[in-house]
Amino acid sequence: MNDRTNEFAFKIATANGTGSASANGLIMQAIFRMGVPVTGKNLFPSNIQGLPTWYEIRVSGKGYKARTPVFDLMVALNSATYEKDIQEVRSGGWLMYDSTWPMDDKLIRDDVTYIGVPFAELCNKAFGGVRERILMKNIAYAGALAALLNIDRDVIAELTQEKFSKKPALLESNQKAINLGFEYVKANFDVPLPIHLQKMDETKDCILIGGNASAALGCLYAGATVGAWYPITPATSLMESFKGFCQRYRVDPETKKNRFAILQAEDELSAIGMVIGASWAGARAFTPTSGPGISLMSEFLGLAYYAEVPAVVFDVQRTGPSTGMPTRTQQCDILICAHASHGDTKHICLYPADPKEAFEMAVAAFDLAERYQTPVLVLSDLDIGMNDWMVPKLTWDDSYRPDRGKVLGAKELDNIKTYGRYLDPDGDGIPQRTLPGVHPKGAYFTRGSGHNKMGAYTEDADEYQEVVDRIARKVQGAKNAVPAPFIKRTKGATMGIVSIGGCHEACLEALDELKAEGLPFDYMRVRGFPFSDEVKEFLEEHEMNFVVEQNRDGQLRSLLALETEVPLTKLGSVRYYAGFPMSAHHVVSGIRPHIGVPA
Amino acid sequence: MSYLAKPKVHHPSLKPNALGLTRRDYEGALSTLCAGCGHDSITAAIIHAFWELDIEPYKVAKLSGIGCSSKTPAYFLREAHGFNSVHGRMPSIATGAGAANRELIMIGVSGDGDSLSIGLGQLCHAIRRNVNLLYILENNGVYGLTKGQFSASADFGSTSKKGEVNEMTPIDGVTLALNLGATFVARSFSGDKEQLIPILQAGLQHNGFAFVEVISPCVTFNDHEGSTKSYSYTREHMIEVVEADFVPIRSEITTQYEPGSVKRVQMHDGGMVNLRKVAEDYDPTDRDKAYAYIRNCQSEGEVATGLLYIDENGKDMVEQNDVVDAALTNLPYSDLCPGSEALAKLQLRFR
Repeated sequence: MNDRTNEFAFKIATANGTGSASANGLIMQAIFRMGVPVTGKNLFPSNIQGLPTWYEIRVSGKGYKARTPVFDLMVALNSATYEKDIQEVRSGGWLMYDSTWPMDDKLIRDDVTYIGVPFAELCNKAFGGVRERILMKNIAYAGALAALLNIDRDVIAELTQEKFSKKPALLESNQKAINLGFEYVKANFDVPLPIHLQKMDETKDCILIGGNASAALGCLYAGATVGAWYPITPATSLMESFKGFCQRYRVDPETKKNRFAILQAEDELSAIGMVIGASWAGARAFTPTSGPGISLMSEFLGLAYYAEVPAVVFDVQRTGPSTGMPTRTQQCDILICAHASHGDTKHICLYPADPKEAFEMAVAAFDLAERYQTPVLVLSDLDIGMNDWMVPKLTWDDSYRPDRGKVLGAKELDNIKTYGRYLDPDGDGIPQRTLPGVHPKGAYFTRGSGHNKMGAYTEDADEYQEVVDRIARKVQGAKNAVPAPFIKRTKGATMGIVSIGGCHEACLEALDELKAEGLPFDYMRVRGFPFSDEVKEFLEEHEMNFVVEQNRDGQLRSLLALETEVPLTKLGSVRYYAGFPMSAHHVVSGIRPHIGVPA
Repeated sequence: MSYLAKPKVHHPSLKPNALGLTRRDYEGALSTLCAGCGHDSITAAIIHAFWELDIEPYKVAKLSGIGCSSKTPAYFLREAHGFNSVHGRMPSIATGAGAANRELIMIGVSGDGDSLSIGLGQLCHAIRRNVNLLYILENNGVYGLTKGQFSASADFGSTSKKGEVNEMTPIDGVTLALNLGATFVARSFSGDKEQLIPILQAGLQHNGFAFVEVISPCVTFNDHEGSTKSYSYTREHMIEVVEADFVPIRSEITTQYEPGSVKRVQMHDGGMVNLRKVAEDYDPTDRDKAYAYIRNCQSEGEVATGLLYIDENGKDMVEQNDVVDAALTNLPYSDLCPGSEALAKLQLRFR
């Protein structure tokens, strides 16, 4: 650990509802603006005020973005969690704490350097009012960190200026607090620490954005006009963001009326019903939810599958089962989303790995839903959805036009002899759809009960089977239209690592670590379901594949075995499902024992 | 049960409406319900109401949930799109469809199981949102398709065909709707087409959620002595408190009423409803008094019918949400996508 410039991690421990989120965001943004790649993970409680919360910042000039479990510096500002927080500092690391109150001797580690800054005392002297003192204490540590880590003060000044340009009083007190922390540390300690920042030029083509915001942007750009939802952590900010974007871009400039409708439903059953109703009527409609919502939506998803109505659902996964841990991440809905509802069903699923993909896949989801006339589920997770990620700037192709699929309009219906809703005119299993209110010849009866290819009620064995067999063929056909898997090959590899969604960054870093140890692996990340032939081929061509995922039961592994018929003996399993984002360490230590190397 | 194509026969003497269509043009497939089912009479009234209002069938969306009543949209308006959704969830389908295309004329048909048990939540919230929809609750007090269990509207003390006594208090759709702020509340009887047709027509022209409960006896499972939803019980106990007469926009008002006994309500789409008070002291524009009157009837064992409450000044769902006047489904994509330049500019905020 010689030169740790731009290659370190630190963690900030506070209580929630005390304003620490703005300080943490400020620090992360400042590092980003210094041109240094940075990742932030917010580990927060399902609570409004007073419970422990942590924010982890990883600085990596090399560009690694996965969570790291090793911390060089701990900013311990919550005495309730001191004991645990101190244990997380690496040997030879640092711990900054509020020295207004003495640190218990029992909590002193010999191999850690303690940096005491009397934040409360400083702020009590400088500010009046209880609330302001607490808030400013949490801004003061940003100043202290700036001195410890060599964060550019001009960048911090610029950021506070931008943030509080319309609130001069707040600007002044924030700057004052930052200076308090900065000056105290500068005067009392040898700074900067060996772990510190140096300007780079690695972030100019990037943005910092969360996957819920980017998915909302995808919905906006895809032309979605109806959003229905029931508030649920961690999906709430998707619809809140969509609302914000719509208010900015979707208000008719003359009438000031909305070119969108956002409906807050009474529950998820209703939210998905609204989406299906709106899609049936011809709008692009979506609902964001999380695992408990998927459970409730399952009956309706079966209807949309069988009656062939498009619908777009975002499942921002959190830990289950049941209520689980609402503010912790997991990939535990892979199986339920693939087959939600009773009866034989299979749904198109997309698996974004970061906010940029969440944007792109949101757009793709609407195209696929309308092309295949079926629900499409986009599975991100709390880590992707709610944390700010450094990703390349989002781009948009102005020649894009929505793929509305096979919709017959008034002109086409004028020229048609008889219309049959569930025929297969092109042999691809995809029927022609009509919208209500357009043409008398387009009428049909949409139903979840048994129906024949003309859309009429049936209990006839052959008529029923003809329709369900065609639907199976149709959905399977989507395997070539969903995003292709991401594949990265390493010379000499005979084994593969397979992952999904938010495991990606941890896997990329693990590949490098393993390679450095002389253990080359090929890598595949699945991005869509039904799986394309490429997925099967990858699994078959490797003597062993380690399926890396964030759930207890190896759901991706099961789904791969079920769909590709690759024997389970060729599919090893690496799982991490404690609720925090995965790190490369979990991947590497999960694989090692299987290949005769100690974990 | 099978799907039966109904022969489309035009009798030369059938009267055409302003569109040149006869009532036959407003029919659907042949009903597969039991002979004498109240629901079939309601279907006939629906057909008549649409025909007389000169509504083009294809502009209508027919929605339903699950149950005997929910099958009926197949039996009228064959040229309209229908959606037989899942049990109790028709209101959410209507909400989404209405938000997407406000120009659709929506009719929802439900039953007492669909509306008052499994779908009670959705019904309540659709009322609160004032979704622009004619919602017909065909109330027979019983689960027919599963052969005779009590529904939530079965009256306390009434008996099932097998002789079981219902020990639970009923959920009454009319007072519930009034309580929730419904802007149009009516109750009628499948056996009284004279009363039902004008109510349906007014409901179709109402701007917002028009709740119409129609007592519709189940001849197979709930038409016995001891039932309070039978033909004979309903005939004996229904009292009409308001007589509604719907006058379409182009028609001349010909019916003569005693001066002072009539209240005229201008409907959103231009028609007019004349409300003639049959019961003294009844005011169909005063929610609290209407509620009290209906509750009082209930405790006396009587069933108040008629267009019981109307308010034409409420905002419907799309108005509450400030949605543009055009159907969202008709907006060109260029009005929806901000384009690449806006995206580049917006991302300055994410740095």
